[in-house]
Amino acid sequence: METKEQKITVMAFGMIAEKIGAGQIQLSGISTIEDLQTTLFDQFPDLKNLKFSIAVNKQLVSGNQTIPEGSEIALLPPFSGG
Amino acid sequence: MSRFERQHILTGFGMEAQQKLQNASVLVIGSGGLGCPVLVYLAAAGVGKIGILDGDVVSLSNLNRQVLFGENDIGKAKAVVAADYFRKKYSEIEILEITEFITTANALEIMSEYDLIIDGTDNFSTRYLVNDACVLLKKPLVFGAIYEHEGQIMVFNSAKAGGTNYRDLYPNPPAASEIPNCNETGVLGVLPGIIGVMMATEAIKVLTGYAESLENKILFFNSLNYQTYTIDFNSDSELKKLIPDSFESFREKDYSLSCETIPSVDWEFALSQLNSDSIIVDIREASEMPKLQRAEVVYLPISRLLQESKSLLASGEVFLFCQSGIRSLKAVAELQKVLPGKSIYSIKGGIAAFLSTQKESNRYGN
Repeated sequence: METKEQKITVMAFGMIAEKIGAGQIQLSGISTIEDLQTTLFDQFPDLKNLKFSIAVNKQLVSGNQTIPEGSEIALLPPFSGG
Repeated sequence: MSRFERQHILTGFGMEAQQKLQNASVLVIGSGGLGCPVLVYLAAAGVGKIGILDGDVVSLSNLNRQVLFGENDIGKAKAVVAADYFRKKYSEIEILEITEFITTANALEIMSEYDLIIDGTDNFSTRYLVNDACVLLKKPLVFGAIYEHEGQIMVFNSAKAGGTNYRDLYPNPPAASEIPNCNETGVLGVLPGIIGVMMATEAIKVLTGYAESLENKILFFNSLNYQTYTIDFNSDSELKKLIPDSFESFREKDYSLSCETIPSVDWEFALSQLNSDSIIVDIREASEMPKLQRAEVVYLPISRLLQESKSLLASGEVFLFCQSGIRSLKAVAELQKVLPGKSIYSIKGGIAAFLSTQKESNRYGN
């Protein structure tokens, strides 16, 4: 199966959503976390300066995990306001 | 008929759960936008003992969201105003006010007296400090935080096997440069209102077990469209290493956020330099409280810092401070561009840190 066709949904929150300009975007050709970061930083260079955690299908991930086709990714910034 | 009659007859709740609330003690750290609604609903629900910890005083810009305070409270200690309010309202719950900021010197002692901790603070340094103390003391922690129109809520229970803590999701704090200034991020009172009541809901769940809480999850809430998004995560033994492993090492840890390239000093050092020609500059806006009660303080809001930087030329070392130590780091970076070669420092932790050290020396009779 062509990995280039692999589509995923990316949910964004807080300042991440501000930098991306949307709460949700579609990306294709992503099969690992590293792919995701490379693509995100390419398209949205401001994200390089922000710390955030990443979830795949509502489960937190760390390291360079594989992203299954059709996954839903979430970019989770920490909030501090109170 | 007790004032908790409606909770006694609530399906799934009942007198047994009510008794648990009555026997419980909760420490609410921060009596601000989140702390106020949390306190209102925990007191109404009948938590037997509530500690209100806040070293801050009420200021005008608090009033759009810190609903326990009004115009006549400006300048008064938040913890005191809040405690007085609840004492007048309810006779059967015990309310304690603690007019201090939470620090590595007082956290363990204060927090150990309570069954559950609520984080209603407004900065990362304190949040990491509170988290680590809860892990060390094995206290359940209800965490809430907001940004503009969104909030996030988490529940950590280090007393349970496999219990998560804040660092399992966010191992390290962001750099100071990524953080919006505490006086620049807008907010409508309804947002911390909603998140605060959700935090109170979670606290009641943990204390009584009447429903499953958000343990080991983070819930994002968006007040614009009511979307929620919940993520699961697990405890990570590798990340445990980021937390001090003893009371001693916790007390020695420096939780202040720093920026590697910006020189920062603590208050003791900055004040010790005042006999020479160095100056201490308050870079906050005129309305921000409390003021540093020292004759030598120069007032130069960050909004005018660059235009009036020449006025600093004549002095020796320049020490900048703000509310919590974030803006002063940024101000040092800006000033360094226009006054190269001048020794400019940020004072760690801002006025909040100064007030904490004052409390510390009063406590120990220095």
